[in-house]
Amino acid sequence: MKKLLLASTATVLLAGAASAQDVKIGIILGFTGPLESITPSMAASAEIAIKEVNDAGTLLDGAAVTSVRADSTCVDAAAATAAAERLVTSDKVAGIMGADCSGVAGAILQNVARPNGVVMISPSATSPGLSQAEDDGLFFRTAPSDARQGEVMADVLKDKGVTSVALTYTNNDYGKGLADSFQQAFEAAGGTVTISAAHEDGKADYSAEVGALAAAGGDLLVVAGYVDQGGKGVIQGALDSGAFSQFMLPDGMYGESLIAAIGEGLEGSFGTVPGTDSDGAEKMLELAKAAGFDGTSSYVGESYDAAALMLLAMQAAGSAAPADYKGKIEEVANAPGEKIYPGELAKAIELLKAGTDIDYVGATAVELIGPGESAGSFREYTVTEGAFVTDGFR
Amino acid sequence: MLNALVAFLNFVFVPGLAYGAQLALGALGVTLIYGILRFSNFAHGDTMAFGTMVTILATWGLQSLGISGGVLPTALIALPFGILVTALFVLGTDRLVYRFYRKQKAAPTILVIVSLGVMFVMNGLVRFIIGVEEQAFADGGRFLITAGDFKAWTGLKEGLAIRTTQGITVVTAVIVVVALFWFLGKTRTGKSMRAFSDNEDLALLSGINPERVVQVTWIIAAALATIAGVLYGLDKSFKAFTYFQLLLPIFAAAIVGGLGSPLGAIAGGFVIAFSEVTVTYAWKKVVTYLVPADMAPDGLLQLMSTDYKFAVSFAILIIVLLFMPTGLFKGKSV
Repeated sequence: MKKLLLASTATVLLAGAASAQDVKIGIILGFTGPLESITPSMAASAEIAIKEVNDAGTLLDGAAVTSVRADSTCVDAAAATAAAERLVTSDKVAGIMGADCSGVAGAILQNVARPNGVVMISPSATSPGLSQAEDDGLFFRTAPSDARQGEVMADVLKDKGVTSVALTYTNNDYGKGLADSFQQAFEAAGGTVTISAAHEDGKADYSAEVGALAAAGGDLLVVAGYVDQGGKGVIQGALDSGAFSQFMLPDGMYGESLIAAIGEGLEGSFGTVPGTDSDGAEKMLELAKAAGFDGTSSYVGESYDAAALMLLAMQAAGSAAPADYKGKIEEVANAPGEKIYPGELAKAIELLKAGTDIDYVGATAVELIGPGESAGSFREYTVTEGAFVTDGFR
Repeated sequence: MLNALVAFLNFVFVPGLAYGAQLALGALGVTLIYGILRFSNFAHGDTMAFGTMVTILATWGLQSLGISGGVLPTALIALPFGILVTALFVLGTDRLVYRFYRKQKAAPTILVIVSLGVMFVMNGLVRFIIGVEEQAFADGGRFLITAGDFKAWTGLKEGLAIRTTQGITVVTAVIVVVALFWFLGKTRTGKSMRAFSDNEDLALLSGINPERVVQVTWIIAAALATIAGVLYGLDKSFKAFTYFQLLLPIFAAAIVGGLGSPLGAIAGGFVIAFSEVTVTYAWKKVVTYLVPADMAPDGLLQLMSTDYKFAVSFAILIIVLLFMPTGLFKGKSV
């Protein structure tokens, strides 16, 4: 903390001498509430991106960037709105890095960001609902929507030539959302979902569920459940009764404990889990280590990318006014252009100044699609000889 | 044709039979308590959990000593120990809690609420001792017949799998039921229990010791609960929470059969188990095998989604209470 204070005072002093402009970025995350264990690392990650830019001192011809933290609480929309309102009206931030949870992110977007025309980049809101939200081009996210995985799963099946599957999901928002988006994508690609049946977690017996799934049939069974809950029970039941012998396992079903519990029967099953093979992830870990926080914590990379994207877009637009730079965010994030990894923000600014196009890859291989959200990168794996073997990334 | 039969056996009959046997044993315990102590024992599900927990701990002990049942699960060797501890625990509960209310001639409703309290205490105790996670304690051979082997033998498209635990469940249930009926019908203690159940005053006049009848009833109920719990745990898996959920189908079984009637409890167990499985089963596969190819159904032919499994027990319970309040086997009306 002392170091951070020293560093930021130093940069403020330095920049204060050189520039006429001061750029403020609001960091609104749930520092209290359900995500309080991961938000400090997320904020620290965004702040090292800001520090990197300040150290270079070249952004917008010497503007000093400062960050202002605010508490989104993750769950209380009213409190989050009030906090964001303060950031915008009293601190006059040029952009908001946040919010973390989908519910409060939506509330801030509608109540604060849109009325005031402030750009928001969320590092961790994954609800598919936000894709359809009215945002006036102001809302972006560096984490993929849950709906994306459904499409990726459908692609994997298509490539493997599977045309008919049975589908079971855990009966909650995650399972239902993933199952629906998968079914939609798979059917659009010409596949057939013979049955989409929910299962409850925490039961001892899934023979009725397995019976229904088996009767509907299909080349394999897609299990959108949890690795240590009903998902495991359904797989065990399906194997025991000989109903299915191959399974597709999305992220909730990825875990060593599944292989330990099921054993041989899982051989040849495959699935998808978020992950990237980009060099960015490794560089991010080094940056985090140097700054003294845990780089493996959730959404650290996404947070760095959110802050970095915002700053680079300002440089690309030559202005810190949200109305000017909001259109530049996708341009900076996407190909074509020179690839930019974490720790190369100074280089990126120089390139932008020289008029060269950049492709910000960052820690999480950011590629913005559709309504300004990360395409997300998924790792495809197969269970081979009792271990998860990576087949590729998509 | 044979394929249809095998699919039916594999997904409906075999699981239903094993589940029915487990429910029947549970319902027998409930019905005995109701017949003799005259209240619905809500703590029965958690008595099952308690008995299973003790058996699991004993199984682990045996396993660490290197004793195993070979092809059969080690838990069967540990079962008598589980029954003994559970019986002592239940007798202790009776002495500490129920006897007080019995002396006061408390109304059955009060005893039901008391058993609810006992249920919560036992529930907490089980979670405290063994934890809330799933515990696997089945060992030995997993299958009598695997689906793959069956297909290879018969050349049919459908496989039939019978797990060892399903076989053990049915065999054990038959042995236990035969033993119970012999006990109730032929032994002096059993006869005195029936007399006490039929007419308490007359039984007291003929010199039957009520406390002894009550004790024997608790011991038998504890044994039945432990056996039912261990079989269920072996066949499925042990988790404190799932035993609590079993309470509803068990009561449904006991009431459908007629509370207080042992024969009814067994019939009720199978009625509930088979209804749960058949109503939520998608008949598409079976029908496709039976009818000519061009008449094969497109839909799933599923009466109800599997989400509503528990609703089936509820519905049967309500229908029986409306039209046959004393149950299929003329038990006591509720």
